[in-house]
Amino acid sequence: MLKEPHKIVSKKQLSENVFTAWVRAPLIAEAAKPGQFVIVCLSNEYGERIPLTIAGADPENGTIRLIWQRVGKTTAELADLKAEDKIMNIVGPLGNPTEIKNYGTAVCVGGGIGLAPLLPITRALKKTGNYIISIIGARTKELLILENEFKDISDELNITTDDGSYGQKALVTEPLEEVCQRSNKPDQVFAIGPAVMMKFCCEVTKKYNIPTQVSLNTIMVDGTGMCGGCRIEYDGQPKFVCVDGPEFDGHKVNFELMIKRLNAYKYQEKKAIEQYRNYKCKLEDKIES
Amino acid sequence: MTQSDDKKQLDKLLEKQRKGNLKPSDRFEIPPQPIPEQEPHKRKKNISEVALGYTETQARLEAMRCLQCKNVPCVKGCPVRIRIKDFIAAIAEGHYKKALQIIKENSLLPAVCGRVCPQEVQCQLTCTVGKKFKDPTKAVSIGRLERYVADLEQDNIQIPEIAPETGMKVAVIGSGPGGIVAAADTRRAGHDVTVFEAFHKTGGVMVYGIPEFRLPKSIVQKEIDVLKKMGVKIICNFIVGKTRTLDQLMNEEGFDAAYIGVGAGLPRFMSIEGESLIGVYSANEFLTRANLMKAYDFGKGADTPIAKPKIAAVIGGGNVAMDSARTAVRLGAQKVYLIYRRTEKEMPARIEEVHHAKEEGIDFRILQSPKRIIGDENFNVTDIECLKYRLGEPDESGRRRPIPIEGSEFHIEVDTVIMAIGNIANPLIRKTTTGLEFNKWGNIIVDENCKTSIEGVYAGGDIVLGAATVILAMGQGRIAANSINQYLKQKKKQTLRNTK
Ligand SMILES: Cc1cc2nc3c(=O)[nH]c(=O)nc-3n(C[C@H](O)[C@H](O)[C@H](O)COP(=O)(O)OP(=O)(O)OC[C@H]3O[C@@H](n4cnc5c(N)ncnc54)[C@H](O)[C@@H]3O)c2cc1C
Ligand SMILES: Cc1cc2nc3c(=O)[nH]c(=O)nc-3n(C[C@H](O)[C@H](O)[C@H](O)COP(=O)(O)OP(=O)(O)OC[C@H]3O[C@@H](n4cnc5c(N)ncnc54)[C@H](O)[C@@H]3O)c2cc1C
Ligand code: SF4
Ligand code: SF4
Ligand code: FES
Repeated sequence: MLKEPHKIVSKKQLSENVFTAWVRAPLIAEAAKPGQFVIVCLSNEYGERIPLTIAGADPENGTIRLIWQRVGKTTAELADLKAEDKIMNIVGPLGNPTEIKNYGTAVCVGGGIGLAPLLPITRALKKTGNYIISIIGARTKELLILENEFKDISDELNITTDDGSYGQKALVTEPLEEVCQRSNKPDQVFAIGPAVMMKFCCEVTKKYNIPTQVSLNTIMVDGTGMCGGCRIEYDGQPKFVCVDGPEFDGHKVNFELMIKRLNAYKYQEKKAIEQYRNYKCKLEDKIES
Repeated sequence: MTQSDDKKQLDKLLEKQRKGNLKPSDRFEIPPQPIPEQEPHKRKKNISEVALGYTETQARLEAMRCLQCKNVPCVKGCPVRIRIKDFIAAIAEGHYKKALQIIKENSLLPAVCGRVCPQEVQCQLTCTVGKKFKDPTKAVSIGRLERYVADLEQDNIQIPEIAPETGMKVAVIGSGPGGIVAAADTRRAGHDVTVFEAFHKTGGVMVYGIPEFRLPKSIVQKEIDVLKKMGVKIICNFIVGKTRTLDQLMNEEGFDAAYIGVGAGLPRFMSIEGESLIGVYSANEFLTRANLMKAYDFGKGADTPIAKPKIAAVIGGGNVAMDSARTAVRLGAQKVYLIYRRTEKEMPARIEEVHHAKEEGIDFRILQSPKRIIGDENFNVTDIECLKYRLGEPDESGRRRPIPIEGSEFHIEVDTVIMAIGNIANPLIRKTTTGLEFNKWGNIIVDENCKTSIEGVYAGGDIVLGAATVILAMGQGRIAANSINQYLKQKKKQTLRNTK
């Protein structure tokens, strides 16, 4: 049962800053369930450990799918890897799986990179017989990912962009509110995306008293409950996202606090990516000259 | 005293010994040898080891202080019963290899234990010389001598002999001190051993908790390299309970026995207002960022950021609190408070660490404890509100109970708060293993052979003892390995009989 290196089998760019890859990780592929994530670390000595959702798993081929947005140093470094390159460390599957069952009508709301974690959940919900209403959104047309995948598994599909360059010009909360107002109210909402998006989705669904699961993306270190860095305030109590989540009843999450905690290292992270870019530029200059 | 004076003194003593007229009073006259250390103002700015280790002359002089007691009270204080008197005699004679061999009969990690064992409450507490001076810090420095001989060997650690392959598979879960010893001892018996580690680096708390300036990571790495050379398989990034469960390892992957050494793991918070603010860390998070991911090199290669504290408060009084406070100093904090509910006498930290912390300018605030943490509109910590305490009657732990003084609230301005008030057992194994028995604190229940309620499964270290020490974890790793070796011998006989 020896672990083998995590070779990138294939890699694709989905939009300006979003990338996807299938990576060899047979042990994880076999154990993974929708809603779970892995932690990736690119170097033993100095690497940062970052959580990424398992966006798909293929146990037969021993691969998992990752979809990531280039936001900082580590995700930029990942984006620079090519097929056949190796990822040094991947650990998982972490977190609790989504509770997949037949709820009746399920609304799956995703924004930006949140569509990646939403996809395997929506797929599993469809398989168990739910009527699927998907609402997928992005800031602008170029940033919308996975449209075809969602089309295949949704009974109704709503597309929104902030600037109206594609689909409806709206935030995802608008079609969500419209769906909530229907006479046959949806039974369950899943909302995954930027923290602010989840916050406003929850404010909408709370009005209509529709249970809403959110998947939180706090900053993590170990992913096993050891550090407490990922903690949030839930129903007034501390909870660890990596072991108690990542999914929670969105109506009980203190989003305001969580959003601030996400920005705890903003200044340092900015420096890190600047340094990495400078380093890359110098490297490219060298190669050219 | 200069080095040549030391040498002269040593020669004189050796001469006396040769002639057979070295008296205990001569030994008492040898001053306890101070260990050379980095100056406080220098070491505050680096992460290199503080204590630099004895010179040869110092080691032999210190060894000459040992009275060679017949009843060896020191040995009774050592959890793994090292033959202390004999290894010290060997050092006094200049036979360092022999000294190390004696130590290694009982302790596999002398370079580690020599550095981090709380000697003053173990072997050195019961040492006759310490008793004579009524001060355990004046006892024979057993730990430093252990470290001395272990360090001499560091560059060519001997690979122990391995018995012929038995074909039996042993899983060791967790690569802390207990796991390392269990793996080495079961491998020596010829079993096929695999170590599973959740993190991307091996060594457990020795790597992610105890800082570089107390225990250089290269020392731990060398011990891991020995394991590898012995043929132990090491799989990092493998969480038992998630990647595979223990049940799966035993029933599907064909492991014949397992040692669980997953440590304590879960940080405790105080459940006070403001603990979720930005700038509040568990010691686990703070130390892991700093040690495992080397956040002190952020911007110089490391990718993991850490808040650079300006004014930090560390809550607690154990080794973890000292390590956090001293790490904060090294990250550039101008002021570090150590806030503890009782008095220095009750602090569980090693005396040496308390002493080093004070030398490094850490401000000890005893008989105080936070009541709430206060933040600004951006949820950044700005203050802690503390209460003053007094000591009441002794509680179950035998220590005097701290009692808050009503109305004694006061504020301390800080930007970072580090909670170092202990860990509780990680429930991951409990939640994912059937038939394993735990006590009410979530620690695994074992018998005196470290056997759990599941056949073939043994456990030790912090997951059994609660918060313990490196040497206790090592000791249990060894006991468990012996039990596993015996169990597998029986099992092999059984299968041979069955196949006949
Ligand atoms: C359970 C979980 C699942 C996740 N799944 C995915 C996924 O499938 N795809 C994906 O692209 N991202 C995912 N994330 C977010 C991802 O972990 C972060 O984007 C990543 O850590 C950024 O690392 P970096 O070094 O590139 O950027 P950094 O330099 O560390 O950060 C750059 C900026 O990104 C923001 N950021 C940092 N950490 C996070 C975080 N954990 N979540 C959100 N924003 C953050 C900060 O505001 C920061 O300013 C997930 C997070 C969690 C907790
Ligand atoms: C900051 C700090 C300072 C300390 N200072 C001292 C000191 O000076 N002297 C002293 O004697 N003791 C000290 N201790 C205590 C000592 O480090 C511990 O008692 C000792 O390390 C416990 O050893 P262990 O074998 O139980 O495993 P640990 O060292 O706790 O290691 C357990 C390992 O198991 C891994 N693991 C956990 N769960 C899983 C899983 N499900 N699957 C796979 N792997 C898993 C963990 O990642 C970890 O690597 C200190 C502790 C801390 C935190
Ligand atoms: S292992 Fe620890 S307790 Fe035992 S002799 Fe060495 S330093 Fe003392
Ligand atoms: S008790 Fe002290 S003096 Fe006596 S043998 Fe042990 S170390 Fe030496
Ligand atoms: S990431 Fe460390 S406890 Fe969740």
